[in-house]
Formats: sequence, C-alpha cells, structure tokens
Amino acid sequence: MSTVATIVQPSEIRIARRETRRQLLRSKTFMAGVIIIAFWVFCAIFGYRIAPHDPLSQAFPQLQGLSRAYPFGTDQLGRDVFSRVLAGARDILIVAPLATLLGVVGGTTIGLVTGYFRGLTDDVISRIVDAVLSLPLIVIAVTVLVALGHSTLTVIVVIGLVFAPIVSRTVRAAVLAERQLDYVSASRLQGERAPYVMFVEILPNVFGPIVVEATVRLGYAIFAVAGLTFLGFGVQPPSPDWALQIADNYTLLGAGTYWWTVLFPALAIISLVVAVNLVADGLARVFGR
Amino acid sequence: MTDRGAAPTLELKDLEVVYRVRGRDRQVVRGVSFTIAAGETYGLVGESGCGKSTTALAVVGYLASNGRIRGGSICVAGRDVVGLSNRALRHLRTNDVSMVYQNPAEALNPSIRIGEQVAEVFRVRGAGREEALERTLQALAKVQIADPGSVMARYPHQLSGGMQQRVVIAMALANDPGLLILDEPTTSLDATVEAEVLDLIQHLQAEFRTSVLFITHNLGVIAKMCERVGVLYAGRLVEEGPVSEVLKGPRHPYTVGLLRCVPRGGARKDRGRLDTIPGFLPSIDEELRACVFAPRCGLAQDICRATEPPLYQITEDHSSRCYFHERAQDLPRTTPPELGQPILVDRSKAPLLAVKELTKTFEQNGRRIHALEAVSAALWPGETLGLVGESGSGKTTFARAVLGLFAPTGGTVELDAHVLPPTLSRRTQADVRELQIVFQNPDSALNRRHAVRSILRRSLKKLAGISGAPAEERLLMLAGSVRLAERYLTVRPNQLSGGLKQRVAIARAFAGEPRLVVCDEPTSALDVSVQAAILNLLVDLQVQRWVAYLFISHDLGVVRYISDRIAVLYLGRLMEMGPAEVVFDGPHHPYTEALLSAVPTIDGGGRARIKLAGEIPSAAAPPTGCVFHTRCHRRIGAICDEKEPPLVEVGPGHLMRCHIPIEELRRLQAQPQEAAQVAGTKQPAA
Repeated sequence: MSTVATIVQPSEIRIARRETRRQLLRSKTFMAGVIIIAFWVFCAIFGYRIAPHDPLSQAFPQLQGLSRAYPFGTDQLGRDVFSRVLAGARDILIVAPLATLLGVVGGTTIGLVTGYFRGLTDDVISRIVDAVLSLPLIVIAVTVLVALGHSTLTVIVVIGLVFAPIVSRTVRAAVLAERQLDYVSASRLQGERAPYVMFVEILPNVFGPIVVEATVRLGYAIFAVAGLTFLGFGVQPPSPDWALQIADNYTLLGAGTYWWTVLFPALAIISLVVAVNLVADGLARVFGR
Repeated sequence: MTDRGAAPTLELKDLEVVYRVRGRDRQVVRGVSFTIAAGETYGLVGESGCGKSTTALAVVGYLASNGRIRGGSICVAGRDVVGLSNRALRHLRTNDVSMVYQNPAEALNPSIRIGEQVAEVFRVRGAGREEALERTLQALAKVQIADPGSVMARYPHQLSGGMQQRVVIAMALANDPGLLILDEPTTSLDATVEAEVLDLIQHLQAEFRTSVLFITHNLGVIAKMCERVGVLYAGRLVEEGPVSEVLKGPRHPYTVGLLRCVPRGGARKDRGRLDTIPGFLPSIDEELRACVFAPRCGLAQDICRATEPPLYQITEDHSSRCYFHERAQDLPRTTPPELGQPILVDRSKAPLLAVKELTKTFEQNGRRIHALEAVSAALWPGETLGLVGESGSGKTTFARAVLGLFAPTGGTVELDAHVLPPTLSRRTQADVRELQIVFQNPDSALNRRHAVRSILRRSLKKLAGISGAPAEERLLMLAGSVRLAERYLTVRPNQLSGGLKQRVAIARAFAGEPRLVVCDEPTSALDVSVQAAILNLLVDLQVQRWVAYLFISHDLGVVRYISDRIAVLYLGRLMEMGPAEVVFDGPHHPYTEALLSAVPTIDGGGRARIKLAGEIPSAAAPPTGCVFHTRCHRRIGAICDEKEPPLVEVGPGHLMRCHIPIEELRRLQAQPQEAAQVAGTKQPAA
C-alpha cells in the first residue's frame, strides 16, 4: 500500500511507542530475563544484609551437606554457601557492567570514526581490530594482567579494551548505512565538523544496534570476569564472588561428594548470563535486528 | 480494440476494502465500481494514499494480512473472486490475472537465473523442462529482448532496469492472461526507457488482446496508454470516462485541480504560479459521509458537506460524483497567478558561479568511471539552470562536486570570481553558507532523531550565526517563509507528510542567505499537487531573495517551468546548453530531441517518438568520437564515430556539441518524424 499523505498525529507516535513497550512486556522470555537480573541486582545491593549468616565468617562446621541451617551446605573453610551465593553477586555486577561500558563507549567511538571517515583511517584501524579479534580473549587478558599486575581496575580495562573492537564492527556497519543518507551531506554542507556529524547526527540513529550489542557484550563480560577470577586474576579473596568460590572448592569435586560447594555458585553464574541473553534477544527483536 | 459485447474482463461493484489497524477497521476503498471490457486499457489515477494499489491487490487477492474486503464484488471474466479459497485464487493467478509492479528489481528473485525464473511460469502450467525453456526463449523475444539466449543465462542484477521490467512483463504475459494489472510499471525508469516499455506494452496488448488495468499517478502516461480512465480520491471513484474527455473536459473539481497542478504546455515561472490543491487527503480513519473532496474544494457548498453526491451521468460513459459537475472547470484558483515582481537576470555582470572544465573520475574495482568530462557552466544571481539527462549522465556528480561534497579530478569552481577549495572541509564557513542543497528524498535528508525545531535552530546557528533568544524569532520567520505552521516545529520529521518534510528541508537550505541552492529532484518523490506547491515556494523564494538554482530533474515539464537556462548532459559531457525556450523549441541536439520525444504528454500528440537504440553506454568505456553516436538517430557517418564534436555557440547563449550544422538540424527537425530510424538495431550485449 502506498503511504497516506497526511500528518500522523503525535498521539499516534506515542501509541506506537507504547506498542513497543507492550511488545517487550508481553514477551515471556524477556520478562523472565528482567526478573532474574533484578533479583541478582537486589542481592548485589542487599546481599550481605539479607544473608542468614555472615558470608565471610568461617565459624561454621566444615563441609556440611544441605540442611535447614545451611540450605546450600558449607565449604571447606566452614563458610555458609547459601549466604555466599547471595552476597557473591556484588563484585561481578560491578566489574562486568563497567567493563562492558568501557568496551561499548570505546567501540562506538572506533566504529563511528571508521564508518564515517572510511578510506585510509578505516583500513588501518580495521586491520588492527581484525588482529585483536583473532586472539582469544583469555590469552590477551592473562598476558596483560601478568604484565601490569592484577587489580579490579586492570580487569575492567582489559575486558573493555578487548570488547571495543568487537563492538566497533557492529557500530561501523550501522554507520556505513547511515552515512549514505542525505542528512549527513546536509549537515556537512552547513559546515559541521566531523565530531558533530558523528556524535550528534549519526549516533542517535545507530542507538538501537548499540543497545543490543551492549547487552550481548554484558553476557560475555560476566563470563570473562568469572573466568579470570577463577584463574586468580580477577576478583580477589576474601570476596564471596561466585567464581572465587568455584576456584576455592573445585578440587574437592575429585576427592568426594562435596558438589554443593561448586554447583550453587555455578548455577548463579549461569542464571545471570542466560538472563542477560534473554534480555538481549528481546531487545534485538524490538529494534529489528 | 475494445469489445463491449462480451462479458467484461473485470467488473468491480461497490468494492469496499478495510485495513485493520490497532484494533479498528479503517476504510481505504469506499464503494468503487468500474468495468474493463475485453481488450480495453483502463487507467486508474490519483495521488498516493487514494487506494489505487489496494484496489489492484484486492483483485488478485494479495491484500496485506490486515486487509479485508468488507463489501461488494469483484468479477474476473464473469466469475466472482471474493472469498475464493487459496487454491482457487492460485488457479486464478496462474491462468487469468497477472500483475506487474513498480520495481522490477524486487519482483525478480536475485539468486535465480532469468531463464529458469521465466520457465517456472510455464512449468507451473504443466510444461516439461525442454518445452518450458523453448517457450521462455519465445516469450523473451516477444518483449523485444534482442539476445534472449544470453539474457536467460544471466542473473537479474546483471540487467538494467528497463530489461528487468521487460522480463517481468514477459513472465506476466506467459500465461496469456485475460487481465494484466500494471501498478506504476514505469515510475522507477528513465524517461527514454519508460517510453520504450510503454511502446512495448501497447504493442503486446494489441497482439494478445489482453485487458489492462493501468495504475499510475502520471496523467501523461494515462493519456498515452489508456482508453478510459477512473479518477480515485480517498478511496472513492470521483470521475470516470474516456481519456480524451476526462483530460480535456474534466467534470470533477479534483480532476480539474490535478490537471492544473502539472506544469505543461510550455508553462514557465515568469508567466505565473502553478495552481495547487489546498489541504490534505483525509486520513484513513476519518468517517466520510458527505463528498470526500468537499474540504479541499473551492466550489463546495453546504450540500457538499451534508450529503454525498450521486454519480452524475454526463454522457453515456462519462460520469462525475459532483453536484456542480457542470461548473467544475470554473474551480477558483487557490494561488494567485501573479508573481510579486518579474525576474530579470542581468547577464552582462560577472556570474555568481563559474564552473570551469569540471572533471570527475571514480575508481571502481580497478576501472575508471568517467562520471564528468570537462563540463563548464556559469550561473547568474536570480536565475535557474536546469540540468537534464538520463540516469548516469553526471547531473548529480556535477552538483555535488560544485558543492564540495567530494573533490573533482580536474577543473575549478569559482564563486564571485574567487576559486573555491575543492572540498568542503577546506572551504571557509562564509563559502559554505553561500551554497546549499535541497535533496530529492526528504525522508533521508532530515535527521529522524531530531525535532524540526532543533534542526532549524542548528541551521540558523551555523548558516546565519544566530543563536539564543533572537534565533527563536528568526525561526518563526523562517518557518513562515516556507509556509510551515508553527505546530509542526515540535515534531520529528517522520510525523510529517512528504510535502511538509520538503518544506523543512527548504527552510534549512534558506536559513542563512544562500546565493546558490542545488535542487536535486526536489519534487520527484512528491504527489503532483504537493509538487506544484513546492515549485511555487521555490519560485517565490527566488524572486524575494535573488537566489540562483541549479535544478536537477528528469521531469522535463518541471524543468521547463522553473529554468531560465537548461544544460543537457550525456555520459558526463555537456551536449547542449541554452535558454530554456530555445532548448525546448529547437532546433535541438539529437539527444535533446530524443529526450523530449520520450515524454508522454497530457495533451497527447505533439512529437513523434524517437526510439533511442539500446541503453546508455558504460561510463567506464565511453564510445569513441561523439559519445552519443551509438544511439544517435541522426548519425551522419564516420566523423561521428571518430571525432568528438566541439561545443560551439550556435545561437545567442546556445551551445551545442554536434557535427551536424544548426541549419541542417533545423531543416531535419522541421520534417515529420516517421522516417526516424534506430541507429544500431541491436541491444548492447552487456
């Protein structure tokens, strides 16, 4: 059908926006993801207060099985696993989003620059991006952390730097399509400088793909932080971080039947990553990607 | 041609179509009735949103999933097709009805070779593999594809738009349908290619005796192709009759208005404004109980707003849905015809813009594309230079190089006698302010994330250096000067209609005091009534501000209306340039002559068609000698193939690049055209 040559009333636009929101709210998987994430964010903020026992205390019997007093059992140092799972959300939910933010901001900037300027700038930066992408994340991260010494800040910076090129590819593709549009030429013909055209004119129009990409990256960031922590480069003891719990206790799996010390923190990580990906899927559907 | 005795091929009775949008039925087609006799060509005309395409889709049962036929009947060859099962509908589409859409590139599957794609139509109807391929070959030959064997082996993207549309037509005619529906089949094609395709359709229709439902917004095409025409407005058939009667003696104010909007018959800006149709098409959820056109009609009386007029029978087959059909042609003008002051361009002074030997070569996959070859032109304040030529002729490249959007390979652009740096980033803000542009597609020209107010305020800041409180005042003045109501300033562009968006784009270009504005097909995405309003606005602004326009358009009527001088480009070379009347009235360059003859006019008759052989050659390997010699109908011999003719002055301010002397051209073009011959009879192979 051809377009109707009338003015769409502003109310209609609002209706369309409400429609989008409703579409998200109606999506069961999206909502499930949001609820799980909300739960862990709540735990990250209030975990120490709502935990039945002190997550750091070693005052309890060691390696107890599941019981009413210790729903998830205790570990080899006599700490309550249930309390530690509740409190363990905090560090990862600070480090992973910050790393993602850094990666998305950096990647968006690189993507805008390469997509907007093209030519030599694009060729040089894109080859560097390709080189970074060809190396496994953990290998780069471990190398850098060993070289610079590990701190939480370094973890954030390393993951952010590794993610930036990945994000930049998505952004670059979106920018290349936008750049063809006449409003970019019109803006240049007003004498706008490149940074204005990139950040004020083009950026708002590529926001959809960036939001989706950021959510997907957050899922990977949680994995990466957990992986580095497990290897001893990330969050440091005595934090009740999930990956630290696994690192502390996984050797017990071989020795006998102390599965609860590892299973519950592992389930916590899985639930968070899956939830983030459910949200990413929902956003991708709505932003039409 | 028409056989009125037999049962009509298509008969619509009180057809009502609704689309369900957000839980409510919105009526798009409101009780449309017409019949198409066997072998007849029926035109359906009206602006976008009037329900033309919806009507056609209803006939073949291809309505969108939220569309539904609420009432009335559709009979194809005497059989009601409303409510047919999917199976029966498929049978109908296989055997009785075919449809050709506007964009052939989207109608063909990009990953299947042409031969297999067309053969499939025969296979569906039961032919064996060998037979289907054999018949494909014949079908492609029927649509005048010169080398069907090689075309069958190619993929759609390897064919030009005109060739693709021929293939689509071949597929549509493969089942020898009783009814062929053509929905804007030539709108996306160049004028010369359009003329070829229209000729082909006429020829095939005579041969197959197919009935045709021809949907278009172009009244000239209707005049050329159709026997009868129906005028649709807001889903209502408001006038119907034989084409000559409706176009020469319209009896409905909407038809009268439409005809007045089109610049034609040599209309020029200095002889007055174009008339327009005020207001907007009613939105689809409005309840229309009275005359659908009354809110926009200059003749409307109380009765028009109270009850719907019946269909008045004016002659046996001419009818109009208007109480005042006898006075329709007295419809008062909505815009005063007089311009405020006459436009007198003084060319004895130094020109505003002087372009010298502008050349642009693009590198593409190791090939050099010669987009522009040493084009020189000058523009004086207050005048319009029209740029015409087929796609690929270098019009847009020329304009963008002047603006500095990319650097030319050679040549200079001078503004007020100082040479401008080649690219925007090197030009001073003062230079940047002088040159502005209005793009073809306002959707892409306005940032959809910014409100109209912020778009215009930024332009005022950059182009006029005004910000803060004074900017608000200037903003309102600016909006007023392009007749943009204040309430539209707060919305985003996607909430505006095409015409309003184009006004915003014009306002942006005029935010400073530009001396030269490039208009790159500024009206071709708009309906004719909106086009007329935008052209009037551009002319008013020119008269008030003494701005010069570089006006690109493929619509020669529009170019003639607005231009003082015209430049004709072919393969990046200037073929002819001169005062508008001289270029249009001739003697013209053979290429200009062919371009002019290709345009179907509402008034009909006029020039005989000159068929240009083949398609525009590749700019990567332009022909030797005169670049036009491969398609020229007046080629005089070896000199054309070997030696490029110089651009010489053949009259006052009239330049031409042709080996034939002007007097000879004058004599040749005065002769009747029937002998005009196609130079190379073969389509180029690639």
